[in-house]
Amino acid sequence: MSIQQNDVIKIAHLARLQIADDEIAGYTVKLSKVITLLEEMNQINTDGILPMAHPFDHAQRLREDKVTESDQRENLFRNAPQAEAGLFLVPQVIE
Amino acid sequence: MHNMTLAELSRHLEQGQFSSVELTQHFLNRIEQYDKALNSFISVTAEHALAQAKHADILIRQGKAHPLTGIPIAQKDIFCTEGIKTTCGSKMLDNFIAPYDATVVRKCQEAGLVMLGKTNMDEFAMGSSNENSYYGPVRNPWDLDRVPGGSSGGSSAAVAARLVPAATGTDTGGSIRQPAALCNLVGLKPTYGRISRYGMIAFASSLDQAGPMTRTAEDAALLLEVLSGFDERDSTSLQDPVPKFSQHLNDSLQGLRIGLPKEYFGAGLQPEIAKTLEVACKELEKLGAHIQEISLPRSGLAVSVYYVIAPAECSSNLSRFDGVRFGYRCENPKDLEDLYKRSRAEAFGLEVKQRIMTGTYALSAGYYDAFYGKAQKIRRLICEDYQNAFKEVDMILGPTTTSPAFKLGEKKNDPISMYLSDIYTIPTNLAGLPGISVPVGFVDNLPVGMQLTANYLQEARLLNVAHQYQKVSDWHLRTPNGYEK
Repeated sequence: MSIQQNDVIKIAHLARLQIADDEIAGYTVKLSKVITLLEEMNQINTDGILPMAHPFDHAQRLREDKVTESDQRENLFRNAPQAEAGLFLVPQVIE
Repeated sequence: MHNMTLAELSRHLEQGQFSSVELTQHFLNRIEQYDKALNSFISVTAEHALAQAKHADILIRQGKAHPLTGIPIAQKDIFCTEGIKTTCGSKMLDNFIAPYDATVVRKCQEAGLVMLGKTNMDEFAMGSSNENSYYGPVRNPWDLDRVPGGSSGGSSAAVAARLVPAATGTDTGGSIRQPAALCNLVGLKPTYGRISRYGMIAFASSLDQAGPMTRTAEDAALLLEVLSGFDERDSTSLQDPVPKFSQHLNDSLQGLRIGLPKEYFGAGLQPEIAKTLEVACKELEKLGAHIQEISLPRSGLAVSVYYVIAPAECSSNLSRFDGVRFGYRCENPKDLEDLYKRSRAEAFGLEVKQRIMTGTYALSAGYYDAFYGKAQKIRRLICEDYQNAFKEVDMILGPTTTSPAFKLGEKKNDPISMYLSDIYTIPTNLAGLPGISVPVGFVDNLPVGMQLTANYLQEARLLNVAHQYQKVSDWHLRTPNGYEK
């Protein structure tokens, strides 16, 4: 199965990546090559095999519901590209 | 001083033959002298290091020191360091000052290790050559025209050139073991969950594991003792007790059963590497090991499985880089979507974008079962292959890489050939098993590595075998030309 240019445009949108018109062809070729490699998986029958998400098939460890972290708000805001009054600023979303 | 192992440095510091400040300054001078050519560091934290060294000297004088107190180390720039720039090799985090320390960094600090700086790496640990770093490629001290391996290539080049006695790395598909092999080092990827992932910037969370990169197995054992252990801040951290790895180094190899997977010695492997492994096997037999052929029948599919699972997890993990809360933001976004899309497009490199797109595709509606679901099923089969093998043998031996270090640029435009170069290391990550690469000889004057894999939590046995092999071989004592003095 090869990837078409339309697929690349759709995937880039899903991944929230801006893609220039002159980059589409390059991505189409490279992704097609990768997908061809991945299709090697079809050589093998996996009927009845349970998917494995994690090396130990562990369930998530639970912990007591108590406060463990102190307030880091100011510290964490230091890396914000744009912030004001304890809020991260983005271009206006709601008219 | 720079040719000493951690064990030797520890003794000299304790006996007062030199101070930690002198030792630290010596390595900082070497970085100054050699790293323009190698580019193995993204940040050198000289002031911070000298302050830590001063403190270490006090502890040593007071007799309150850990054996590794006062010894310099470098951290891969994937580990968060409070108040210090943490880039993960990406333009996305070029302005990121980590607000907290990774558990690995904290543990090193608690042991009194002195951090010289943060090492270069492939962007977000995606790569096998270190050519994907925003901060430029790293060069291999054994041949400056060649790659040091990746993604922990800054760490491997720095330790190989004696710019630092040890460094940390992370390994998602071979990123500790492959650069260790290409730079003549010991690189250990422990069992998944042995070392905390807290503060280690995520690439593929079900595969990522940190580990030590050193010149000897003994040093790897000493450093692993510092790094390992349960951490409640990592939800997949193992609660199993941590053995004293260094106390098992001299266990006997009598009766050890070692398996050579026939699939690892096929057409893809450079024949000279197969020969160096044959010679190493003879040495191990002399030490009492029994060598036999085994099979890992589904290991050939590991690369395909990996390039579904790792990109899928990466596309999810890297969605946090949105230009809103931290990291790069594009200029003059016209709306929120434009802000997301351009910030990400302008700050991620080509390989990272390609993997995000591959992962997004593999997880998208209509393709999930064919790619992600299928890959997870084969992942289980690959795991079963290992467990079947471990019924017959205690340890699996093979090459770490298909060839010695390749030239810069050689594979840059051929992602598939780059991906396939990790064919021997990837299966271990899929299974979550511990693996180690040990210097095993030279091909065309370039180092090559032997990879040993054992069952879960058997790091002590791996280090034991690696140490015994290093006692009867001297590959690890060789220094690249121009870096001896």
